[in-house]
Amino acid sequence: MLYISKWKAAAILLTAFVCCLFAVPNFFPEKTVQQWPAWAQRHVVLGLDLQGGSHILLQVDANDVRRQKLQTLQDDVRRVMREAGLRLVRAPAIRGNSVEVIVRDSDVQQALAKLRPLSEPLGGFIGSAGTRSVNIENAGGGVIRLTVTEPALLERTRQVVDQSVEIIERRVNAMGLVEPSIQRQGIDRVLVQVPGLGNPEELIKVIGTTAKLTFRLVDTSMTVEQALKEHPPPDSEIVYGSAAEGRRPYLLEKRVIVSGEELTNAQPGYDQRTGEPIVSFKFNTSGARKFAQVTTDNVGRPFAIVLDDEVISAPVIREPIRGGSGQISGNFTVESANNLAILLRAGALPAKLTVIEQRVVGAGLGQDSIEKGKLASYFGAALVVVFMIFTYGLFGVFASIAVGINIGMIFGILSFLNATLTLPGIIGIVLTIGIAVDSNVLIYERIREEVRSGRTPINAIDAGFTRALATILDSNITTFIAAAVLFFIGTGPVRGFAVTLGIGIVTTVFTAFTLTRLIVAWWVGWARPRQLAIS
Amino acid sequence: MRLHPSIPLMRIVPDDTKFDFMRFRRISFPVSALLSIAAIFLYFFHGLNFGIDFIGGTLLEVQSKSGPADLARMRATLGGLGLGEVQLQQFGGPADVLIRVAQQPGGEEAQQAALAKVRQALGNDVDIRREEVVGPRVSKELLAYSTVGLMLAIFAILIYLWFRFEWQFALGAMIANVHDLVLTIGYMSLTQIDFDLSSIAALLTILGYSLNDTVVIYDRIREMLRRYKRMAMPDLLNISVNSTLSRSIITHVTVTLALLALLLFGGHAIHSFVATMIFGVVLVGTYTSVFIAAPILIYLGVGTARVEAEEHLPAQQPART
Repeated sequence: MLYISKWKAAAILLTAFVCCLFAVPNFFPEKTVQQWPAWAQRHVVLGLDLQGGSHILLQVDANDVRRQKLQTLQDDVRRVMREAGLRLVRAPAIRGNSVEVIVRDSDVQQALAKLRPLSEPLGGFIGSAGTRSVNIENAGGGVIRLTVTEPALLERTRQVVDQSVEIIERRVNAMGLVEPSIQRQGIDRVLVQVPGLGNPEELIKVIGTTAKLTFRLVDTSMTVEQALKEHPPPDSEIVYGSAAEGRRPYLLEKRVIVSGEELTNAQPGYDQRTGEPIVSFKFNTSGARKFAQVTTDNVGRPFAIVLDDEVISAPVIREPIRGGSGQISGNFTVESANNLAILLRAGALPAKLTVIEQRVVGAGLGQDSIEKGKLASYFGAALVVVFMIFTYGLFGVFASIAVGINIGMIFGILSFLNATLTLPGIIGIVLTIGIAVDSNVLIYERIREEVRSGRTPINAIDAGFTRALATILDSNITTFIAAAVLFFIGTGPVRGFAVTLGIGIVTTVFTAFTLTRLIVAWWVGWARPRQLAIS
Repeated sequence: MRLHPSIPLMRIVPDDTKFDFMRFRRISFPVSALLSIAAIFLYFFHGLNFGIDFIGGTLLEVQSKSGPADLARMRATLGGLGLGEVQLQQFGGPADVLIRVAQQPGGEEAQQAALAKVRQALGNDVDIRREEVVGPRVSKELLAYSTVGLMLAIFAILIYLWFRFEWQFALGAMIANVHDLVLTIGYMSLTQIDFDLSSIAALLTILGYSLNDTVVIYDRIREMLRRYKRMAMPDLLNISVNSTLSRSIITHVTVTLALLALLLFGGHAIHSFVATMIFGVVLVGTYTSVFIAAPILIYLGVGTARVEAEEHLPAQQPART
């Protein structure tokens, strides 16, 4: 047990050294670290409770999603029936989770055939997963019932969250905030985390604001250059293109042909003839009608797709666009087509989002917490070190070295994982100091016992380690289980506690099994103790 | 130069203690039973001071910009908003106030509206250092997750101990540690410490930590069971507890020192967390592993059949009894 080969010793020291090395970037200013190679830049992220910031959890309103979905279905049924020229006994109406329409008995089969395309296989780009978006049933007596399936609602909710994350990201970025994080959480939630914001009220307002998408005609009564020099016509204005569009100015009519609310879908795809990436879109009934009217009247003129007061694309109308769907082609890559499709869908927040949890910490309080956490850690560590040296003398120094390396390794691992350090996380580290010392105490007390039962010092040390290590492993695993559970149920700051406690336990076991043994083995080799003084 | 090797400079616990801990079980068991019942009564009739994490509502930590905060005036202003119960509490320095607004009827939006009202009423006299709004949905979830989490942790540890020891040990450890949790919850009810997510963290840590202690003693008991095959159980338990005593005490001193540093310098935000930990880890955990976890093994039937079952080995005299 006390003999450790050179290779093993080297491996142990290397592991500890590398772990500690990862902690180094935390001690340099961010500017310096940014010039280092990417692998060396990993560092501990301060939690919102330490650096100040806002944590806002929003939930998609499930009823809103359902209502929208049913309304779209109702509109679609109305359109299909009209296009098929079928006389309705009763117009489509929403009943519970379904849309019901009543036709004459003799028309039922024809109506079912016409309505069938409304039921699309789910799965989007990836392919059908076997389920369909709508169940169509013949309820008898001329009643046709179209029910939105739960998977379709679920998929819609997922889409809504994805879109919301996207639009919220754009919004938050537009506010010029540093390092915001917007994530999906679960199926129907969006978590917005913004460090160091002074005004949470404004943030919430911006997140909730609807982003506007419009289709507008380009005013060709004068050139943009003219308009820029002089005044644009009263019914028109200058709108600049997006970054991808090259920030070109456009002269657009103020009148909106169709707005984003009337878009029901947009999907990336490929042009069937040229194979280049395109975005296909679909309007609802009223949008389709308006769009058809305007495009019929304006063949050959350009129109603009405007998002958040930026022109995304300004294609020329080649032919009237009827039927409510069309495609946008441009200089798209697969990715940009995909992005545009997402943006088109996400033009407005697609469903109502409600703030269900909000936690904001001011930067001042965060700074206070850091100071207090530091002070408590230093004092805690100092007290423990003094006590250990007082109790165990030289072996207390060994223990303190092990604890010091332990903390270095915790920071290294936290940095490597880019983990978040929270105030409870600091408590976890301070507790780890106590737990790490425990492993040394277990070993030393065991050695003392072995000495008392008459073993030679080296024998006693050897036996002490062997017996204590099993106990150390057993006792730490129970705490680790508790930390693991806490990690899975906890959120935010409390999760930070679980992380540091869990990592602390791992490093404690590592140092007890390797480093402490190595130090003691070296000492035994150097001092060759004939007897270990007891009391 | 050669250092004179010496492990201890100071003995905190004298060597070869021979306390008859097992005799105390006739006192410790009834006392623990009574305390546990008292804790359960406290929980049901006095209740816990649930924070907004679990019952929803709004919490603001504000700092008066002009010296000490005028609590009475703030109470009057905020009380007149028609938001139901508004609690104010000095928090840290004289200028710091913690404001708690009960959950508003009317779902998630009503909470936001209440927060806006409070902000407006407070005006520019104070700095808002922290604000938290937890809606009814999230608070219900957090409570459910936490309860399930605690149960899950207890269950997972039980399984682990069952694998590692015999079932009697697992059960004994569980009884001991549920006892710890019950007493700690009783303490939280008695002191009306804020019970929030960090309290769950504290409870889980207490669970892990006092088990840690129990496991150390159980490890020793198992070792002694193998070594002294003919010794009566109470004697064997006494030896085990006595031989791990100095470790227990030294470890608890170091953990207490670390926790004390947190309590004294860690600030108000973690005060209730650390206070709970000190109670659970230091006061209850230590007592439990010595006076409950070890002696309960007698009642769970560990080693009852051992004297009869033992035949091959010559009787060994225990080295220290």
